[in-house]
Amino acid sequence: MTAHQLPHRPAPMRDYPDRWERYSARERLIQWFWLGGIALAAAWSVSALDIEWAFFADAHEQAADLIGRMWPPRWSYLPRIVQPLIETLHIATLGTMIAVVFALPVAFLAARNTTWNQGTWLLGRSILVLSRSINTVIWGLVFVAIFGPGPVAGICAVAARSIGFIAKLVAEAIEEVDAGQIEAVEATGARTLQVYGVAILPQILPVLIGTTIYRWDINVRESSVLGFVGAGGIGLLLYASINQFAWSQAIVILIAILGIVIISEAISAYVRARIV
Amino acid sequence: MTMSASAYPSAWRPPTIFGSPGRRFAFWALFAAYLVWSLSTLNVDTARIMAGLPRAWNILVRMMPPDFGRWQLLLTGMVESVQIAIAATIVGAALSIPLGIAAAANLSPRPVYFAARGFIVVGRTFHEVIIAIFFVKLFGFGPVAGLLTLAFSSAIFLGKMLAEDIENMKPGPVEAIRATGASFGQTFVYAVVPQVLVKTLGVLIYRLDSNLRHSTVIGIVGAGGIGQTLSASFSRYDFDFASAILLTIAAMVALGEWFSDWARRRLR
Repeated sequence: MTAHQLPHRPAPMRDYPDRWERYSARERLIQWFWLGGIALAAAWSVSALDIEWAFFADAHEQAADLIGRMWPPRWSYLPRIVQPLIETLHIATLGTMIAVVFALPVAFLAARNTTWNQGTWLLGRSILVLSRSINTVIWGLVFVAIFGPGPVAGICAVAARSIGFIAKLVAEAIEEVDAGQIEAVEATGARTLQVYGVAILPQILPVLIGTTIYRWDINVRESSVLGFVGAGGIGLLLYASINQFAWSQAIVILIAILGIVIISEAISAYVRARIV
Repeated sequence: MTMSASAYPSAWRPPTIFGSPGRRFAFWALFAAYLVWSLSTLNVDTARIMAGLPRAWNILVRMMPPDFGRWQLLLTGMVESVQIAIAATIVGAALSIPLGIAAAANLSPRPVYFAARGFIVVGRTFHEVIIAIFFVKLFGFGPVAGLLTLAFSSAIFLGKMLAEDIENMKPGPVEAIRATGASFGQTFVYAVVPQVLVKTLGVLIYRLDSNLRHSTVIGIVGAGGIGQTLSASFSRYDFDFASAILLTIAAMVALGEWFSDWARRRLR
């Protein structure tokens, strides 16, 4: 017999469901609300695009036709694309190199702890935004207008887009450096530039190298299409082959692009794994 | 015993990342050799570049007051780009679910897994502009080709991310739900979805942002959006309109990125 008997409580007046339900009614309402919103967005985008549904009718025939024209690949074309492929790699590599040179000062401008004042910070940030928000191919259009068609326009385009990419990630790394090392170097009487070089640069170097190599492998992929706007590389031949309906050449070029992109991605992944 | 006087350097030099001076020298020598090789094979036309410099200034001057006079054309193109991006993200997300399940090693049978992974590797390699050419060939010029291009590359990107999330999830919940006798569909809904949902939504928002970026270029090969207008204005030397388009694209992409950062931060 227990002395403290539990006081009798009336059963709460509430119906418990017989079946387990994962969401409450309110959660479900919110889910439907979200789904409805997404459906509306989809309906608006698709309806306003003014789609010619007739094109869907013969798409499979077009696809079969395309494959029929592509196969067999014209392998004899391969020797002629070696030089443009090398040019594509050069565009990516030289563009990335130029980008690193410009990205470092921009990163120091755009990092709050190394910039001089609000004005320079804003300048750095604007360079970041402008460089990053314009696609490499569009930069290609701009530089082709300036330098005329050719790999130089491509190199500039790759560099223009990569500056923002590299500088943004490096600026974030600069903002997170260990302040103790900066203080220590400052205490020796170092000038600002010496502090940047001796205290900050070694700390951000892994990020800088990793980002650069990562961007390089993106750039190999990007420079494969720069030729479409006349900025050099393999894209020029691909575009020409497609315009001449030489699909059996186009497939050879596509396989070659597949090869260099996969190889550069593997190199990039290997090097980054070794650094980090 | 005499102390050697010259053992210590008189000036401090920061340690090099190359490990030894020999390796540093080798690195810079290779670097210089590469520069010489690449610049010599590129057949850079120096005269053309020199001619380009004053031209660059001229173009810049002609760009300078951006001409927003034809804002209707600009707005139509921009709206089309945004629509392509939104529709492509939704279609791509829907397609990415089966692809992601098929490419997850812990859910799908081996042959399906290898087929899906192979598809992802090949599809990821090609730039959106190349894919756009094919869809233009299949579906004709216009935004449909752009929509399908971005839906295709989004499906591959989202599918890859989803597959990696599924592979990294905890096996416990899956086992527990399976032990109740749940079917594959029920296991997916009650054990897999709750574990990957938040991360997948974040990736989805990120992809919406990058689709917005890409939707501005695929117009160059005739797949709709503002890229078509931009490319036309460049080939007509209509530089003040081109600069207006460029500024609008930059503003919209920056806005999209800001929104995507904000939404992903709220998700966490």
